[in-house]
Amino acid sequence: MGSVGAKDVPVLLSPEGLRIDGRHLDELRPLAIRAGALHHADGSAFVEWGANKVMAAVYGPREVHPRHLQQNNKAVIQCKYNMAAFSVDERKRPGLDRRSQEISKVIAEAFESVVFVEEFPRTSIDIYIEVLQANAGTRCAGVVAASVALADAGIPMVDLLPAVAVGKVAGQIALDLKKEEDNFGEADLPMALVPQSGRLVLLQMEGHMTPEELGRSLDLGVKGCRDIYERMKAALRARYAAPAPGGAA
Amino acid sequence: MSEEVTAEILTTHILDLAAEGKRLDGRGPDEYRPVSVEPGFVVTADGSALARIGETAVLAGIKLEPGKPFPDTPNAGVLTTNAELIPLSSPIFEPGPPQPGAIEVSRVVDRAIRAAETVDLTRLVVTPGEKTWVCYVDMHVLDHGGNLIDTACLAAVTALAHATVPAKRFEVGESDYPLDVQHLPIECTFVRLGDAIVVDPTFEEEQAGQGRLTVATDETGRVVAMQKGLVGAFSPDDVKDVVRRALAHGDRLRAIARGGPG
Repeated sequence: MGSVGAKDVPVLLSPEGLRIDGRHLDELRPLAIRAGALHHADGSAFVEWGANKVMAAVYGPREVHPRHLQQNNKAVIQCKYNMAAFSVDERKRPGLDRRSQEISKVIAEAFESVVFVEEFPRTSIDIYIEVLQANAGTRCAGVVAASVALADAGIPMVDLLPAVAVGKVAGQIALDLKKEEDNFGEADLPMALVPQSGRLVLLQMEGHMTPEELGRSLDLGVKGCRDIYERMKAALRARYAAPAPGGAA
Repeated sequence: MSEEVTAEILTTHILDLAAEGKRLDGRGPDEYRPVSVEPGFVVTADGSALARIGETAVLAGIKLEPGKPFPDTPNAGVLTTNAELIPLSSPIFEPGPPQPGAIEVSRVVDRAIRAAETVDLTRLVVTPGEKTWVCYVDMHVLDHGGNLIDTACLAAVTALAHATVPAKRFEVGESDYPLDVQHLPIECTFVRLGDAIVVDPTFEEEQAGQGRLTVATDETGRVVAMQKGLVGAFSPDDVKDVVRRALAHGDRLRAIARGGPG
C-alpha cells in the first residue's frame, strides 16, 4: 500500500482488464504443492505459488516446550512463521520480528479451529513455516503448506485449510495478489476457509474498500479457496496413492 | 527413556558394523551419500544453491548490499556468514537464539570461505575506507540427516560461485556483474567409529561418533581449515589419512559445485 509518493507506479491493469502478469482478475497464480517434502519431520509440504517458495514442517503431537504452555484438556498448537534472510529484495535480518510473530499467532489460531486438539491433551503440535522466496501472499502459502503438512503428519482435522489473499488493484477486486499488486494496490485481504463449513478461520485486511467491495472480495476469496482445496487434496493423493518417494525440498 | 535406549542399541550396532568395515546404510567407510546441488534455487537472492547430501538439505542464499568497511581494514570488503538451524529441519532443534551447534556450523564454513580467499575482499571495495559491498552468506538447514558442515559449505560455495553483484539496483555501477570467486573450498567431515574413520556421517553416526574431524581443501591442494568436534581423539597419523581422503573427495565435490555431474 506504499503508493503515496512512490515513483514508477507500474500499470497494474491493462485496458483489456489483464493484470501485470497477464492474469484475469479472478485467476490464481500457478500453484504446485508437494506433500512429504522433508525426511525428518512428522509431516511436511513444499508450496511453490507464483514466485513464492514456502516449506512447512509439522512435529507432534509431542512434549510441550516450554512446559508451562501445556494444557491438560487439549493439545497446544504452536506455529513459527519465519522468513529466510534472502527471501526478499532487501536482506531481512534473521530472527524474530513483530510481523512474523503476529502471523505465527493468527495461523496457530486458525489451525486450532480445525484440528481435533482435545484428542491429544498435554501435547504440542508444532508447525514451522519457512518462507524461502517471497512474492506477496506468503502467509496464505504458509497456511496451505502447513495444512498439507498436518495431513501428511496424520493429525486429525475437521478439514484442510485452503487460503488466499484478495486485494484491490487499480480500483478492481483481484484474486491472489503478486508483489507489485500488493505494493501498489489499494487493499489486501488474506483469508483461510474451512471448506466443509464454509467459514473463515483466518481473516485480515489492510487498505480501503467499500462494504460492497468487501462483500465481493469475500465471495471471490471463498471461490479461490475452493479451487486451492482441490489442489491440496490432489497433492495428498499424489503422495499416498503411490509408494512414498521421500525426496527432500 | 525409550528414545535413549533405542539410541544406545543403535550406537552399539553402528560400532559393531564399523568394526567389520560396514555401515548402516550399506556404504563403504570412504563413500559419500548421493551429492547434488541446485544453483539459483531462490531468485530473490543475489546467488543461491540448494545442496543435498543424502537426507540432508541446506539452502544457502547470498545477499550483497553497499555498506562501510571496518575501520581497521579500509581496503577490504565485508563477508559475514550465518547458519540457521531452524526447527523445521529436525525434531532436535527448538526455536530460540542460535544454539552452539548452529554457531559452530556457520563459523567452520566461514573459516573455510575466508581462509581459502574464496572471494577477493579487496575487490568488493568501492571507495576505500568509505564504501564497500557487504556480502551476506545465509545458510538455512532444511533437512537434518547428519553432516551439516559439508552440506552447508557446499551450498555456500556453490551460491557464491553463481552470485551476481547487484550494482545497478543499488546505483553503484552501470550494470550487475558476476561476483569474482577465485577459490572453491570444500569441507569433508569424518567421524571415528571405534577404529574406523568414516566419511560423511549420517545423523545416527554422528550420535554414535567418538570424535568428528572436518578438513577443508581448495582446488590447489591446500588445506585451508580444520575443525575437530565431539568427544573423541585422533592420532597424527589419523589426521594425515583424513587429509589425504579429504583432498580426493574435495576434487569430486568441487566439480559438482561448479555444475558438473555427481
